Amino acid sequence: MDADRIKEKLNILADAAKYDVSCASSGSNRKNSNKGLGDASNGICHSYTEDGRCVSLLKILLTNHCIFDCAYCVSRKSNDIKRAAFSVQEVVDLTINFYRRNYIEGLFLSSGIFKNADYTMERLVLVAKKLRTEQNFNGYIHLKTIPGASDDLMRLAGLYADRLSVNLEMPTEAGLKLLAPDKSRQDMINPMRFLKNELIQYAEEKKLFKSTPLFAPAGQSTQVIIGATRENDVQILHTADHFYKNYNLKRVYYSGYVPVLADKRLPDLNTAVPMVRENRLYQADWLLRFYGFNVNEIVDQQNPMLDLDIDPKLSWAIRNLHAFPVDINTAPLQMILRVPGIGRLSAQKIVGARKFARLNWEQLKIIGVATNRARYFITCNSNDFERRDLTGTRIKQFILAGSHSKYLRNKPGQLSIF
Amino acid sequence: MTRLIYDGTFEGLLTAIFEIYAHKLTRVSLQRGENNTSAMFENVIIVKTDEVRAGRVLKGLQKKLSPSGIGRLYIAHLAEIAGDENTLAGFIKYAFDSPVNIEKNFGNKYVQRVSEIVGMMRREKHRMEAFVRFQRLKDDIYYAGIEPDFNVLPLLNRHFKNRYADQKWMIFDSKRKYGLYYDLHDTQFVTIDFSEAHNPANVVSSFNAGEDLYQRLWQNYYHSANIPARKNTPLHLRHIPKRYWKHLTEKF
Repeated sequence: MDADRIKEKLNILADAAKYDVSCASSGSNRKNSNKGLGDASNGICHSYTEDGRCVSLLKILLTNHCIFDCAYCVSRKSNDIKRAAFSVQEVVDLTINFYRRNYIEGLFLSSGIFKNADYTMERLVLVAKKLRTEQNFNGYIHLKTIPGASDDLMRLAGLYADRLSVNLEMPTEAGLKLLAPDKSRQDMINPMRFLKNELIQYAEEKKLFKSTPLFAPAGQSTQVIIGATRENDVQILHTADHFYKNYNLKRVYYSGYVPVLADKRLPDLNTAVPMVRENRLYQADWLLRFYGFNVNEIVDQQNPMLDLDIDPKLSWAIRNLHAFPVDINTAPLQMILRVPGIGRLSAQKIVGARKFARLNWEQLKIIGVATNRARYFITCNSNDFERRDLTGTRIKQFILAGSHSKYLRNKPGQLSIF
Repeated sequence: MTRLIYDGTFEGLLTAIFEIYAHKLTRVSLQRGENNTSAMFENVIIVKTDEVRAGRVLKGLQKKLSPSGIGRLYIAHLAEIAGDENTLAGFIKYAFDSPVNIEKNFGNKYVQRVSEIVGMMRREKHRMEAFVRFQRLKDDIYYAGIEPDFNVLPLLNRHFKNRYADQKWMIFDSKRKYGLYYDLHDTQFVTIDFSEAHNPANVVSSFNAGEDLYQRLWQNYYHSANIPARKNTPLHLRHIPKRYWKHLTEKF
């Protein structure tokens, strides 16, 4: 192996792949039952880049040659950059050697499109096949499926990979048309529908035959770029909700657009990456999946954008003060989950602990409730509670004033309200 | 006040609990190790670890706690946090005194503190699963040095054995001077003196050919994956605190 050449390729093809945000390596159930290498069960972030994102997989492109010309993509045809391509064996060697040293949980392989969709997809599948069959590798493999690839290749991909994903790129079809004129939404949706049906079928078979092989055990995900086009958060979250409901996606990732190209259709090169908005979208996404919120409760036409100052749960609570205060000692779990300052873990602990005794502020704090936020929305086993009839705006002001830094709040010696 | 000093093992802790009940002691303080800084006017009992007595306490606990509850007690004990021996004793006493299982009563300070310690241990264990960096040596052993805050090596066994079934490996805790070694069949704890191997020059000279290449490729990859436009140092440091850096290949 030519060390310098491989280093250069890795630099080019890792650099080009870094805008793909999925880094999940959990949700699979592949076991090392063959005395081989690796297993894929719990996701582990092995490192973090200086921007704070997790590194759990070797995330690379097979090639950055591409026949398409999508405005937001560094690898687009008309962009004058260095091009490179890995051989199948090179990717296999890198993956195995990184995995053996515990650098990574597995491989995330995407690619620019050379020649056509099937030609490219076939090579991605070949990498996964070699890893599984020749190297006895049970680590995590995430393949980015190429829009337009044939069903047969998709099926093979599902047999070797843990997760498959097709990027939607833009939250709406109009946005896609504007920035990626060569791509069609339908080419992205078809493989998703195919995978969804295959996943259901394999799950059914698994019930009957224990020997049914694994098929993409970590399911499928997708990614949308935000801030490159003018979609608002209502459109973005409705898109996400639609794909969760109709295509059984495990995750929708939101990627704040990083300006890398000058193009009159795109935000200016000096535009900041919308990191706070991206974070709020993830929080909203969490509320949809784990907190029992309906998408219309989080955003609607009166509130088309998520509040950037405060998280979406607090924002909902302030718009729905009539639902509060909630009595911690009697309210159902679903309602406790809706209280700002109470996470899933704390909510479950509350429901477990209140069987022993009615809980007071001190105990709620021990359990891990952020009482500085929750105090406006709950009562507990204490005569102390927020008696003032505060408006939403006032509550927001108080909370913002009290949370400049979460480290400051924990300063020893600082007086507590209760 | 009676102070009980035990040897720091889990059996030792359970033996100490036996002594408390056997002598009907009420005001007690537990301490591990040989630190005999006994205050005046204080009784001191040196607990001699006794498997039979420890076994009896364990059996009693099994009637009061779930298997996972006992597992959590063991994990909390491995944290070796000075002062928290008394949390464990308080937890055990509370479990014995209560007619019902108390594991979920997070309003109780002992239950909560044990839960907190277990959380800290789990986090450290998880970090070690993430931050171990093997280096392939000439004799084809994959070697990794770690210095965790807590004694989590015993908790790492299963994870690494499942994961690296087809390569020999050793994880060495240089803070506590012992390691875990897997020989393709079983794992065992070893206490070889690795001071020689810790000399960087010795380690490099014992590398397998190719080790250096993959270390450099990983460093390259790590830097290529960064997006400078999103730089966020506080977040970065929260994820990988500096104290772990010296064992991380990408941070060498």
